[in-house]
Amino acid sequence: MRVSLFVTCLGNRFFADAAADAVRLLHSLGVAVEFPAAQTCCGQAAWNAGYLREARQMASHTAAVFARSEYVVVLSGSCTAMLRRAYPRLLGSQELAGRAYELAEFLVDVLGMPGLGRGLEGRRLAYHHGCHALRELGVKEQPIRLLVTAGAQVLPWEMDEECCGFGGLFSVKAPEVSVAMADRKLDTLPDVDTVASSDGGCLLHLDARARSRGSLVAFRSLPSLLWEARSGDR
Amino acid sequence: MEIGSRDEYRTRARYIISETPGVREAVTAATRTFDANRRAAFHGLETQALKVWAEQVKSHALTRLDRYLEEAEDQLVKRGAIVHWADTAQDVHRILERISAERGVRRAVKGKSMLSEEVGVNACLERQSVEVVETDLGEYIIQLLGEPPSHIVGPSIHRSLEEIRALFQARLGCDADATPDQLADAARDVLREAFLTAELGISGGNFLVAETGSIVLIENEGNIRLTTSLPPVHVALLGIEKILPRWSDLATFLQLTSKSATGQPIGTFVSMIQGPGGRPSGERDGPEELHVVLVDNGRTRLLEDPEAWEALRCVRCGACLNVCPVYRQTGGHAYGYVYSGPIGSVVSPVLAGWDRALELPFASTLCGACADVCPVRIPIPELLHTWRARAVDDRKTGAMHRFLHRLWAFAAARPGLFKAFERCLGRLPEDVLRRLPVIVEWSRGRAPPRPEGPTFRELWKEGID
Repeated sequence: MRVSLFVTCLGNRFFADAAADAVRLLHSLGVAVEFPAAQTCCGQAAWNAGYLREARQMASHTAAVFARSEYVVVLSGSCTAMLRRAYPRLLGSQELAGRAYELAEFLVDVLGMPGLGRGLEGRRLAYHHGCHALRELGVKEQPIRLLVTAGAQVLPWEMDEECCGFGGLFSVKAPEVSVAMADRKLDTLPDVDTVASSDGGCLLHLDARARSRGSLVAFRSLPSLLWEARSGDR
Repeated sequence: MEIGSRDEYRTRARYIISETPGVREAVTAATRTFDANRRAAFHGLETQALKVWAEQVKSHALTRLDRYLEEAEDQLVKRGAIVHWADTAQDVHRILERISAERGVRRAVKGKSMLSEEVGVNACLERQSVEVVETDLGEYIIQLLGEPPSHIVGPSIHRSLEEIRALFQARLGCDADATPDQLADAARDVLREAFLTAELGISGGNFLVAETGSIVLIENEGNIRLTTSLPPVHVALLGIEKILPRWSDLATFLQLTSKSATGQPIGTFVSMIQGPGGRPSGERDGPEELHVVLVDNGRTRLLEDPEAWEALRCVRCGACLNVCPVYRQTGGHAYGYVYSGPIGSVVSPVLAGWDRALELPFASTLCGACADVCPVRIPIPELLHTWRARAVDDRKTGAMHRFLHRLWAFAAARPGLFKAFERCLGRLPEDVLRRLPVIVEWSRGRAPPRPEGPTFRELWKEGID
């Protein structure tokens, strides 16, 4: 099996190691990974801000970049939602939408939940569901199953489905509200060593707020933890 | 006016969060309780099927509004009610001025009505030297405070018990340690007197059933029952979108609305009013005169808008406010208009005016929680998105904003340029980076971003093993 990796613009800059872990993880599962070098940005920020012409430009480009990929594995729930939910409206085609998967979704629903090893034994985690992964993709159980099967304890978090306040440009247009929303999440966080999520934007925002509050909790991207599960077990 | 240069939502929100932290706590606590009750109330029901049905009934009624409104009017007139049509808030004012002048009204009691807030009923009557007494406890509290409602269903949820105690101590002479029951008793004493002496009762209406001409009101305190039956004149204000076609639609809508609003199976009191007291209505008691004011005030314009009309299905349950994480931080006052939260942001552009409401569609993270809970399946995030796109089309988002989006898209469609762009951003000196507006805003309460180390592109080129 061969997949094309879409690391996203944010992932390329801020989660390079996690994206590399995704490659290692997929390789170890016997999946060939290619990285189309012409990939840039999916256009989500423009779409959400109402700049449809600009969003369409980026959608056309991205659709062309991945035109020949059998599977596109996207390292972000919200960018996956952009490809699946917004691209058909922008491009008038379901073509790419049907081939794009968020990583946890790909591992569970396409690869059929491969064994990843028990490398997360003893870890106490909380999982933040990105809103678009949760509500637009319906990805909810998949990442939890992967983490739990890898030995992690995923603790109940009463606010795990509430928006963290990132919201893309919202985080800088209404920073006070955005930060207050992050505080609500952090104030209710159970006693864990790590918060995991498949959405880089949410992680950057929560991590930045937590650090400014002096918190020591780690915020980790899902592929890093899954690779840790696999490599730590060997 | 430009969103970027106005920042009124942000200014109000910032003030509420930093200067009145109790508001955030009170609103979060109240909305979480409302939402938990809503979830429990729908537990085990075929919720989705009910919502689809309700959506279809409301959409059907809206697309045949003229016919159903006339049917309702015929039924009401047949039973002796006087029906008025008001295109604007000023029309409502003129109708109220005429009625209060003709009937020599000195005092009016009012049941909770968002429409009356929308058209400014209290200010209008006060100009006529009519004293208006809000009789819903929450509305009475905010009337004493001189504030607009903070929530569609719970107007004073942004105030703590301590604040209400202090208010009632100052205004009604309650004890400093009065219990909630004692506070309610004190308000009841004032309101009882008002019910018995008012010459005019004003209410809103949750539904208007076309088939029977019934005005239906849901409440929990009994004040609406008294407002609509004790004074000699009752004026009911209803938005024209309140129509339900058939009597048989009502039972399900009563449940859907009550469960969505407060988690109750049905409101404690449900009043169904079909005419004034006596003949020809057949009502044994009630006011001598019943005036029904059917208010447009922008609703037809919203209905004519093929991309935005679905917001008119709203039954004003407030469920979208309760579940909205943005609303929960500030309550309704940050939005600057009578309808707040997600639904407010998609009706305000038409009802309050586009220039006034420009910022509101952006006061959301598009998390989608509102769409999940709406009992009539209004696609609120999509409507927010529609209004955002219109702000861009109307060139209201600011020249710099527009330029940056264009520049980003231009580069993103040209991989070579984009890579150069990425490299430049990655190599910006620390002091330049810190002064970029986006980093300045990000850094309010958040540690600055750390874009260090190689990009994935660089790692891939080196080879990943």
